[in-house]
Amino acid sequence: MQNNAHITVRNLTMAYGDFVLMRDLDFEIKQGEIFIIMGGSGCGKSTLLRHLIGLKEPARGEIFYRGESFTDASPEHRDDMLKRFGVLYQSGALWSSMTLAENVGLPLGEFTDLSPSDIREVASLKLSLVGLKGFEDFYPSEISGGMQKRAGLARAIALDPEVLFFDEPSAGLDPISSKLLDDLILELRDSMGSTVVIVTHELASIFAIGTNSVFLDTETRTATAIGPPKQLRDHSDNPNVRRFLLRGDGGSAEEVA
Amino acid sequence: MSQNGELYVHRTADGATNIRIAGSWRMRDALPDPESVEADLVLSPQPHSVTFDTDDLTTWDSGVLTFVTRVVELGHARGIQVDRSGLPAGVQRLLALSEAVPEKEDAKATEADASFLEKIGAGTISFGLSVNEMLAFIGDASVVLFKFVGRKVRFRRSDLLMLTQQVGAEAVGIVTLICFLVGLILAFVGAAQLQQFGATIYVANLVGVAMVRDVGALMAGIVMAGRSGAAFAAELASMKVSQEIDALSTMGIDPLEFLVLPRIIALAVMMPLLCLYADFVGILGGAFIGITMLDLSFQTYMQQTADAVNLVDLVGGMFKAFVYGLLIAIAGTLRGMQASASSAGVGAATTSAVVTSIVFIISAAGVFSVVFYVLGI
Repeated sequence: MQNNAHITVRNLTMAYGDFVLMRDLDFEIKQGEIFIIMGGSGCGKSTLLRHLIGLKEPARGEIFYRGESFTDASPEHRDDMLKRFGVLYQSGALWSSMTLAENVGLPLGEFTDLSPSDIREVASLKLSLVGLKGFEDFYPSEISGGMQKRAGLARAIALDPEVLFFDEPSAGLDPISSKLLDDLILELRDSMGSTVVIVTHELASIFAIGTNSVFLDTETRTATAIGPPKQLRDHSDNPNVRRFLLRGDGGSAEEVA
Repeated sequence: MSQNGELYVHRTADGATNIRIAGSWRMRDALPDPESVEADLVLSPQPHSVTFDTDDLTTWDSGVLTFVTRVVELGHARGIQVDRSGLPAGVQRLLALSEAVPEKEDAKATEADASFLEKIGAGTISFGLSVNEMLAFIGDASVVLFKFVGRKVRFRRSDLLMLTQQVGAEAVGIVTLICFLVGLILAFVGAAQLQQFGATIYVANLVGVAMVRDVGALMAGIVMAGRSGAAFAAELASMKVSQEIDALSTMGIDPLEFLVLPRIIALAVMMPLLCLYADFVGILGGAFIGITMLDLSFQTYMQQTADAVNLVDLVGGMFKAFVYGLLIAIAGTLRGMQASASSAGVGAATTSAVVTSIVFIISAAGVFSVVFYVLGI
């Protein structure tokens, strides 16, 4: 693996028991890319993300980070790799018994030698990066859904991760908040140089920020297209991919009364 | 024109069945029985097609749809063509929509009609799996506990203190109430029997020994199972729903260390103390009866209790409470961590946590009784 691939997925098969969700996934995510995992509802996008961040083990195949196997890593080594990830969950997944500052500060307290006052300062800084300055002592239940998501992002970037994962970042957000979040993702990628992996089916976001993508097809149970989203939309020879990226206008007769 | 739906079925001259529906066909109206249609379709000679006449239909909703769907199915089963052109345009479009995606045959539940033996088999297998899971969880928790002794675990001290307060200090009220009443009940039961021999003073022995050896720990345990075991399960299960546990895992923080361990420690530490307190309150409950109904003085009652109870009994009871505490905490956190990520999962986890804790406690109490008896304690 001599190229600049940051994440490599090799022959990955995902299954729940006997039920195979996707087979033979094979793709690379390069350093600094904004990589979109897309596909219809229930096709296994979020499951693929769970595999990438180690919440689920592959039925077959392997995942590599910078050429090192994540799948076969020892628990200690894997913990080290995990510390370089930042994950933003669908609903934020903030720890509800802690204030925003404590949420952002927890990873700092666990994995750095910073003093409590330094941690507080870094947490405030991260919160200000996502536009939540002054909300340090609020509990997650006291702020809106969009703010929770941004606070989740602040926590995800607490340790300046090398890879940022997003699970449906725009789900439940209005178009403007969703656009602001997209801008924030771009800004963070540019300034921190992180690789970004996003699971989404929000076409506006896909075209606005995606530099590369993989399309998971429910019918064939594998990845049917890999490439920059705009290119796939205009030049893909797979009708399913084009139909998805054109919001169903690509051919099929889906009648709505 | 009538308010309620009307249904007329007749054969036309060319051998087709004409169904005329009129009036108001809505689900909340009294709808005519579609049986007459069925009766006509089986009548020989079989009609070659079915047509609809809806000129007098005033209002309609899904009531018409289900009726027509039924007719279509009947016709389909007998190879009779159903001509829908007589139906209102809206009904036709909705029918087309409902038929747009073919029925998924294998999606229907198949387990419903499993045989009795099959169910027993499946139940046994799932029981085996759940025992396996439980042992694995206890194993993992023990590993974490050893790491705790070696001071190599991650959790927040403030969490532990807060939990200790929640399961300890905040439970004092309910423990007081329950144990005072249990002491009182024991005294009543004892007094009724012992009065026959004029040995009412021995009520103090009965209450004292029962509370200190077993009942104090048992009552504290059952209160804590309903209070803290359920709370642990609900808390962890809803953290699972909101992906908070995933968020810990992907940060390289072991949820067992961070969430489960402090709960086990808090309960295991506080249970013996609560038990001691429960013993004391139970004895007070007995004394209350002794003084008000048996004409004993407070001093006499307490003296009699002190003579009856020894330190071994007291420490034995507290040890039992310690074990019950471990069991409740393990049952509660286990069920919480196992919960399926849905709101129904939270409810199921809570119920199962309380049931599991109480089964654990009572089984352990049985084992303790035998062991203590054999050991002569």
